[in-house]
Amino acid sequence: MSAAAARLEARESPGSFGAAFAWALARDVKLALRHPGETLLVIAFFVLVASLFPLAVGADPQLLARIGPGVIWVCALLAAFLSLPALFATDHADGSLEQMALAPHPMSGWVTGKIAAHWLASGLPLTVLAPLLGLQYGLEPEALPALVAALALGTPVLSLLGAACTALTLGARGGGMLLALLALPLFVPVLVFGAGAADAGAMGLSAAPHLSLLAAMLIVAALGVPAAVCAALRIALD
Amino acid sequence: MSARLEARDLACTRGASTLFRGVCLEVGAGEWVAVRGPNGSGKTTLLRCVAGLTRPERGTVLWDGEAIEARRARYHAAILYAGHLAGVKDELDAEENLRGALRLRGVAVPDAAIRAALADVGLERHRRLPARRLSAGQRRRIGLARLLLDPAALWLLDEPLTALDDAGQRLFERLLERHLATGGLALVATHQDLASTPVRSLGMGP
Repeated sequence: MSAAAARLEARESPGSFGAAFAWALARDVKLALRHPGETLLVIAFFVLVASLFPLAVGADPQLLARIGPGVIWVCALLAAFLSLPALFATDHADGSLEQMALAPHPMSGWVTGKIAAHWLASGLPLTVLAPLLGLQYGLEPEALPALVAALALGTPVLSLLGAACTALTLGARGGGMLLALLALPLFVPVLVFGAGAADAGAMGLSAAPHLSLLAAMLIVAALGVPAAVCAALRIALD
Repeated sequence: MSARLEARDLACTRGASTLFRGVCLEVGAGEWVAVRGPNGSGKTTLLRCVAGLTRPERGTVLWDGEAIEARRARYHAAILYAGHLAGVKDELDAEENLRGALRLRGVAVPDAAIRAALADVGLERHRRLPARRLSAGQRRRIGLARLLLDPAALWLLDEPLTALDDAGQRLFERLLERHLATGGLALVATHQDLASTPVRSLGMGP
């Protein structure tokens, strides 16, 4: 067999966080690019739902500018939630998750990589699109940077917290509903400070306190959540 | 290679029923042990316990005399587990699946070797097809190519012959023989008799 020589040459490198992170990130981004439909669905949902509000509450510019930041945040939150159930479920169903758990790398490496890829495919496009929706709601251009900054800090927190909840409900019957019950209350602090930052921006106040709190949440979540996800996945695989 | 796998007094329960209890096994370099038993007798659970996926109710699994939990990364670098689910992504083609699986295990293999391995298992013409368009047997053959390239010392295989045709089964038997000849170890749950005789057979169930 011609590949036998290569087998001997192949060396096993010791497991590392970075290698696992890069592996999972590259793989999930590639899968997302192969199936752009899922990301497009998230974006379409975000734009559609945000566009429904003016139709329902009327086209009063002052009212729209007032509710705009909050509506955009709620829509972004629901859109980010939309793609959460598939985060670990497809890998669980085809056996990839077992293989990842048995890799000689720290589990938190590929878990963090997968969460980062999830954010790139959901949170990032929402953050980029938000200014357009902001203009649609007649927000002052000066208010848009705060809105974008809040989303850029807040959506990764949503991906992180959502991943923990997805891992907990993995394999449970009626997991989707359970996921909503678990995740949406956890998203509340992010929503409060995220919409608060955008609101402050719209009123010409400094958004810095809200953004600082969002950044703090992001740091705490990035440090704490991967370990929780690993524990939950080990239970799901047991 | 003086690798050695040992399991002492393993017990596992699922819900209220005891799947197995007091299972002991030993595999040395160049040996393979067959796990046999009727459906539902706990073969898969035993393999998952040995792999470290499922925590046994009681007992320990030792690799080179050390408990596997104590040196998880080292143990996982040394094993290749292939369960019922192949771990093959539908959206990726055979080559990408194989390369991804090897990279995940920290095995660096040149592209030429990956193509050669896929040719060896009969997937040369299908290597650029998304795995969703491959048959069940062809997907299994991606797993065979993995066995060919991965330098893991211990194979934990759960029904490796499922969905393989006669030629595929013979290919697997050749791979197993070569693995054992180079000092590898294998624990294989199977219903069929393979060309090489196992050192021991572990009978599961009542």
